Amino acid sequence: MNGISTTKPRRFRTAPLLAPCVAFLFLWMIIPLAMTLWFSGERYNLLVPGKSAFAGWENYRSLLTTRALWVAMGNTLFLVGLVLVITLVGGTLFSLLLDQDFPGRNICRLLVIAPFFVMPTVSALIWKNMLMNPVFGLFAWITRSCRLGTIEFFSRAPLLSIALIVGWEWTPFAVLILLPALQSLNPDLKEAARLDGAGPVALFYHLELPHLLRPISVVAMMEMIFFLSLFAEIYVTTGGGPGLASTNLAYLIFRDAMLGWDVGRASAGGVLAIVLANIVAFFFMRMVGRNLEENR
Amino acid sequence: MKNTRPLRWGLTIAGWAVGLGMFFPILWMFLTSFKTEITAVATPPAFFFRPTFENYAAVLQRADYLAFARNSVLVSLGSTLLALALAIPAAYSMAFFPTRRTRDILLWMLSTKMLPAVGVLVPIYLLWRDLHLLDTVSGLILIDSASVLPIVVWMLLSFFREVPAVILEASRMDGASPAEELVHVLLPLCTPGIAATALLSVILCWNEAFWSLNLTTVKAATLANFTASFSSPEGLFWAKLSAASTLSIAPILVFGWLSQRQLVRGLSFGAVK
Repeated sequence: MNGISTTKPRRFRTAPLLAPCVAFLFLWMIIPLAMTLWFSGERYNLLVPGKSAFAGWENYRSLLTTRALWVAMGNTLFLVGLVLVITLVGGTLFSLLLDQDFPGRNICRLLVIAPFFVMPTVSALIWKNMLMNPVFGLFAWITRSCRLGTIEFFSRAPLLSIALIVGWEWTPFAVLILLPALQSLNPDLKEAARLDGAGPVALFYHLELPHLLRPISVVAMMEMIFFLSLFAEIYVTTGGGPGLASTNLAYLIFRDAMLGWDVGRASAGGVLAIVLANIVAFFFMRMVGRNLEENR
Repeated sequence: MKNTRPLRWGLTIAGWAVGLGMFFPILWMFLTSFKTEITAVATPPAFFFRPTFENYAAVLQRADYLAFARNSVLVSLGSTLLALALAIPAAYSMAFFPTRRTRDILLWMLSTKMLPAVGVLVPIYLLWRDLHLLDTVSGLILIDSASVLPIVVWMLLSFFREVPAVILEASRMDGASPAEELVHVLLPLCTPGIAATALLSVILCWNEAFWSLNLTTVKAATLANFTASFSSPEGLFWAKLSAASTLSIAPILVFGWLSQRQLVRGLSFGAVK
């Protein structure tokens, strides 16, 4: 067991210790959730004076029959999938590299994880202006020097550009988790495998990858939660455009709520976002629950 | 293990290429912050130039930059203190007096992180409007502390669980009440862990952008708002933007580098020790 005393029965009530924390989180969760559900059934626009009225499924119907929602859903899933692949593959490869012994590896590790600590609005601006700007940006200068012309990142491939930025921000997160996990692998095991004639590929496939599987899945699930409601990077770079090309679900709801003041519609969108996140969360909870038991 | 010489060279080059490549955008921003506005947009890009500090002077002279910075400090410190105040007793109780429901409570806390912020944007906005919390530092503190609270509880718990129960029992034998036990025995023992937890919370709150962009405009706007305001295409003040950004990320970057080992625990929810 985990060092918890079994000799002494509980002598005092733990409720006063737990209650503030639990109550705070409960209120934070339940009140907005109930309000979102309520508003999503209302005809309620802050720009239209007068009382709100019951609308039944109208908000959902209007939302589900617009193309924008499906485009945004598609963009959301595309972004989540693409950035997950970038960060997990990149993170695993970088971790394997930084796990090797070479001069300056500790400095390199610090350099690699640095982007994770940069404010998302700042990262998005650095990339948008100083690197990807088609006139003055560094990438434009490089491609022009190679006589490749300029790439109009945000008008030609807005989603890919955003995925690149978010991938740069979150690959360090994967390294931050996967590198220590890799280093916690018993070196004797590696030595034994090497003596048995396992090459680097076999070593990775049969020893390191299985060892990394659980941390990788935790990284994937954590990232999925964040990527499902990616916002600041889109807000700063493309504003969801051109057209709907880089509008994800989070940005669509923001547009309905903060630019259109349509409370009913935005709430219906919010409910859909919650449903989508819960499908993801379902798998996450199962996994973390298993981790918890294995750790105890 | 010993690598052969060519392999070692290859690894060194690859490692440094990856490190410098990932760091390059930050380095480039840092360099740009010492350029004049004209050198900042020069083609070909200037790698060598006479550094100037005029951008930092200009940014620091703008009264509003300092106001944004003050809000960021207040929000991240305030949220962290509130979250710690709520989480320390809870984590103490769950670490040393677990019940049948402890595991459920922990998982439920984590599940509140699954609620996407956009899903509750509208009600929070309307509630905050009616409670006069819109564009206030305290309004943002409430939100941020609620969103970091589950991570803070989990991370504290993992540190508390490493304290041998025997030590606490000894103090209990000496007649210490649970409150005394917490304050005089557990907290001093766990100071490094609590510091690491606080640091992670500060980092997360400092970089939080969604709520500060949506709930604040002027009075309580943080550095995230300030930097986002540079996104308008007409303003090509890259050097000043770089100076402001460097000032905004430098403290957090240093904190992050110093505490990276401990952060792993909180960020992986205990999957990596």
